[in-house]
Amino acid sequence: MHLDWKTPVQLWFRAGFQALLFALFLGILAGSPAKAGPLEDAVPLFAADSFADTAKALDLVAASGAAHAGPMLEALVDRRLFVSADKKLFFKDKAGLAFDGLSGEKLAAEPAGGAMVRINNRLRGAIDTAVGRLTLQAPDPVKRRAAAEAVYKTRAPESEEALTAALKVEKVAAIKDIQQMALAAIVATAPGKADIDRLSAIEILRDRGDRDALTPLNSIPESASADVKAAAKAAAVDINQRLALWSGVQNAWYGISLGSVLLLAAIGLAITFGVMGIINMAHGEMVMIGAYTTFLIQEVIRQKYPALFDYSLAIAIPLSFLVAGLVGIAIERLVIRHLYGRPLETLLATWGISLILQQAVRTLFGPTNREVGAPAYMSGSFKVGLIDITYGRVWIVGFALVVFFAVLALLRFTPLGLQMRAVTQNRRMAASMGIRTARVDALTFGLGSGIAGLAGVALSQIDNVSPNLGQSYIIDSFMVVVFGGVGNLWGTLVAALSLGIANKFLEPFAGAVLGKIALLVFIILFIQKRPRGLFALKGRAIEQ
Amino acid sequence: MNLTRRSLLATSALAAAAAALPMMPAVAQTGDTIKVGILHSLSGTMAISETTLKDVMLMLIEQQNAKGGLLGKKLEAVVVDPASNWPLFAEKARELITQHKVAATFGCWTSVSRKSVLPVFKELNNILFYPVQYEGEESEKNVFYTGAAPNQQAIPAVDYLMSKDGGEVKRWVLAGTDYVYPRTTNKILEAYLLAKGVKKEDIMINYTPFGHSDWQTIVADIKKFGSAGKKTGVVSTINGDANVPFYKELGNAGIKATDIPVVAFSVGEEELAGIDTKPLLGHLAAWNYFQSVKNPVNEAFIKQWKAFKKNDKAVTNDPMEAHVIGFNMWIKAVEKAKTIEADKVIDAIVGIEVPNLTGGVSKMLANHHITKPVLIGEVRADGQFDVVWQTKDLVPGDAWTDHLEGSKDLEADWVNLKCGNYNTKLKKCG
Repeated sequence: MHLDWKTPVQLWFRAGFQALLFALFLGILAGSPAKAGPLEDAVPLFAADSFADTAKALDLVAASGAAHAGPMLEALVDRRLFVSADKKLFFKDKAGLAFDGLSGEKLAAEPAGGAMVRINNRLRGAIDTAVGRLTLQAPDPVKRRAAAEAVYKTRAPESEEALTAALKVEKVAAIKDIQQMALAAIVATAPGKADIDRLSAIEILRDRGDRDALTPLNSIPESASADVKAAAKAAAVDINQRLALWSGVQNAWYGISLGSVLLLAAIGLAITFGVMGIINMAHGEMVMIGAYTTFLIQEVIRQKYPALFDYSLAIAIPLSFLVAGLVGIAIERLVIRHLYGRPLETLLATWGISLILQQAVRTLFGPTNREVGAPAYMSGSFKVGLIDITYGRVWIVGFALVVFFAVLALLRFTPLGLQMRAVTQNRRMAASMGIRTARVDALTFGLGSGIAGLAGVALSQIDNVSPNLGQSYIIDSFMVVVFGGVGNLWGTLVAALSLGIANKFLEPFAGAVLGKIALLVFIILFIQKRPRGLFALKGRAIEQ
Repeated sequence: MNLTRRSLLATSALAAAAAALPMMPAVAQTGDTIKVGILHSLSGTMAISETTLKDVMLMLIEQQNAKGGLLGKKLEAVVVDPASNWPLFAEKARELITQHKVAATFGCWTSVSRKSVLPVFKELNNILFYPVQYEGEESEKNVFYTGAAPNQQAIPAVDYLMSKDGGEVKRWVLAGTDYVYPRTTNKILEAYLLAKGVKKEDIMINYTPFGHSDWQTIVADIKKFGSAGKKTGVVSTINGDANVPFYKELGNAGIKATDIPVVAFSVGEEELAGIDTKPLLGHLAAWNYFQSVKNPVNEAFIKQWKAFKKNDKAVTNDPMEAHVIGFNMWIKAVEKAKTIEADKVIDAIVGIEVPNLTGGVSKMLANHHITKPVLIGEVRADGQFDVVWQTKDLVPGDAWTDHLEGSKDLEADWVNLKCGNYNTKLKKCG
């Protein structure tokens, strides 16, 4: 929406603006008694502070052909257009300098008592369409694409001419494609079109259409002939069939992305609970600490080094690991080590710790959510076939897998990993081989907690950063670890992904609430049958 | 600290012995102060919303004391923490009334917590001010509902979306958290929409568990439902923590307010503080108050609040305004009755008028609900709302909705009928 008026775009734009909107201007002139000029007429309408009047004023401004009409429209969207106490129209640029609304000249001082001109969704849509129509031939392909999409969405019959003109000169195939779809959508839905045109438009929509094409197909006007209506209906059925095929892929992807969140939350627990056998109820709070560390780092970056914002998550990853890991080591040294071999007491003690941590965070940061922003490369979505995939989710799936394989490698290939496995498999033997088991215990617990902290970095992107963050994941984490088989990392991976996918395939049929219940019932039955989970550990370790 | 120690001792067997100690002045203190109970969760899931309500009560009591207190006595706040635990709400309410002898209590957020304390307030005949928008279908002698009833929030919001300015929505998604408030509200809305000629297949109802965090499927469903060629809108009764991931997913999926507007009943300034609101530009909320409302009363209140919180970014919201109205009404009622005795205050408060923060004057009605304006706001980039529509006059709260069978014949009137659910057809109470 932000038009850059300071570039060479200005020339063609101004011309386009004037030519295209002159027609509109004439239409309005015919209907209303003109006084001094359209801008003068617009002022009382803007001052009236009613959306209907603002809409009229907006058309007048757009039709005025004034050089500053564009920046003024932009100012209207950005809440920078004002009417002063003595009913003078003025707007400010991004730097806050005031300009006169009638002449477009820079004002020496901001007029007193400026009341902002308010807009609502309806006006925002109208401005989008007007600007979209005018930017169809912008030199910047990003802008052209957005313009074509805006026109496609609104299907305003007035856009047809501009669209046909743009189609003739468009070179980029992808944008041309959207423009053709937009034109087809207009021809199919605009009143007073010939059947033959409508039918070929419907064909274009059917052949290339995705979900967005359903809307025009479903909005064929009542006046169209029965043939056209039947063709549109058949085309919609066609597209729906294609979508149904893709919905399986979509569910699978949603399942994988939910599974990766479960996996991230559960890997840490797979170490503290799975490998060490500690029922750690404070695991969720380690996740929360990771998320709050991310928040703090972003705050520092926002205030001191705003240029680094896109790297904030990369910086947060090691620090969250360290902070959560150190808190974990402290908990192990101070509390848990006194309770080894007493699972019930451990459970109660760690539950107490989780409450203490929650309330501590609530006291320090307040009970309300904290905002963790998404860097630019994590926002938005792209299309694969007929489904939308969001970048944020792709990053999280990738991150979960990287963390998983890193932990696997650490256990397999490093001396620390060897010692961890030795201590958990046979503590006394390990001790007599010279391994400092107490130190290994602390480090293992620290590792598990640190990984939970890493999960916090990822979860800060999709969930609330609030003191309750951890609570919502603790049950799911235990479910994943127990289902996968205690002490088996691969089991955790398989369990997380299969629970995620099962959940997402159940949800469309059963709803979110019943789906979750069905899954829990399934796990209860499964654990009855196989108490040690999917991948039971064999050998001496389980006899302890 | 003093409070916990006092309550602990009071319940212990040593209470009698301890009564001699100077730190047990419960009896002596009731003589020179009037106690006000504050029953809001300061820990657990609801702390996110309720903590600010506790703070606003403390501020109001401080201000009242600066003005000379009430009936020549100082007000004393008694804060307890029911910890988002519904049965504990009832226990704490009993503690407030029987041990601390509070004159009135300001508290609760969720409907389930209100339902849990109702029997206590009835049995011990005390007063509760409930500040949150709720599903209606209730009117009790001991409770004053200063939040919105469905006809003061849900119905006007739907009317707005149906209007030209709201985008002439023809297809409706009713999405909510799975508990009593969204279920009842959606039942009322469904009946209302059907009566307005909306077809059954143009209404999609969806419930999710508390704290639901994975919204991919539902957001995709909404997108799908919205591609049927009719303007689609979402009415969200999603509560609490689940909102943030919901809005994040909406933003990620590129659903803009100009395509499918979402109007929320439980999302205010406080909830938006945790989200990047730029992708949410133009999505809506329906309340009876927004911080962005421009008038001297509200500006003064915001200034006081920021000073009280010592935080220049502190936001105000609708339930806070409800407490301001409720507290001022109670003060006036006590001054009128010249006593804090529950029955007399309950009689005195009906008809009391106090200024609200949106520039009008709210009145306590005989059904124990109040009159308030209804405002629709659009989310701005800075996390505040732009008011895009509001009712011309104040709307009186209706305890029993006119849109449901079994409820439309009921009427609440504690002045003449002395009844909270009088059946106008059968001409009897209950």
